[in-house]
Amino acid sequence: MSPPLHRRRPTRRNILGAAAGLGLVLHLRPVAAVSAAPTLQAVERQWAAGRPVTEGRVLLDVAPLVENGNTVPIRVQVDSPMTAADHVVEIVVFNERNPQRDVARFSLTPASGMAQVQTRIRLATSQQLVALARMRDGTQWSHHVDVLVTLAACIEP
Amino acid sequence: MADTPSPAPRVRTLIHGLDALRRGQPGELRVTLAHPMENGLRHDGFGNVVPRNIVTRFECKLDGQPVFSADLYTAIAANPYLAFWLRADGPGTLSFEWWGDWGFQHRETRAFTPA
Repeated sequence: MSPPLHRRRPTRRNILGAAAGLGLVLHLRPVAAVSAAPTLQAVERQWAAGRPVTEGRVLLDVAPLVENGNTVPIRVQVDSPMTAADHVVEIVVFNERNPQRDVARFSLTPASGMAQVQTRIRLATSQQLVALARMRDGTQWSHHVDVLVTLAACIEP
Repeated sequence: MADTPSPAPRVRTLIHGLDALRRGQPGELRVTLAHPMENGLRHDGFGNVVPRNIVTRFECKLDGQPVFSADLYTAIAANPYLAFWLRADGPGTLSFEWWGDWGFQHRETRAFTPA
């Protein structure tokens, strides 16, 4: 026993309502995605805590073309004598387009002897990376690098 | 599962660079921990989200004094590898300690004498 034909046929009201609903859904999703993770500039500004950040003294060494985003070697080196009076206190790496902006935060001491850190990271897509360093005297330095990724991490199993 | 208590899972680590240390000169230590660093974004074959399980913190101390520490996030690749530098003026004991999700904690100590 099927319902009468005129009940099943979509009315003008149904079509308009569905279209409005679809538009609403399509509109909401990107907004939600954007608001979930702040921009790279926003996290840099938050880290800087209102003090200036100068491009220089930091080297973020990463291959410009990455074939596998699941394991990307990076090296951060900061120009510093690493003495008790003048050393790097903190090194931070942020990304632009992973699901989460933070990559790693490193704390260094004069016992480090040299301001250099290496690790391996994941990159979801081609994007910009930044390494930021805070010195004992409070000055803050940065290095921005653009990376092309051919195979993305995070999405593949 | 309840009747047979599973043995504590063996944590595998690699710590390199101690033998090459020279007195008063910076040397590089390379440390790896075997860990999946599950980022909590992947799905298993049945459409369920695999829960996040990452190492969030690493600390290296020389005779109890901090040398280097790291806060790690989901963007760190599986089997987290860290290379950092140490300048030691004499013999000492280094401790390497990791913390992570689900109460993960592991500690290694190494005595060393720089040449």
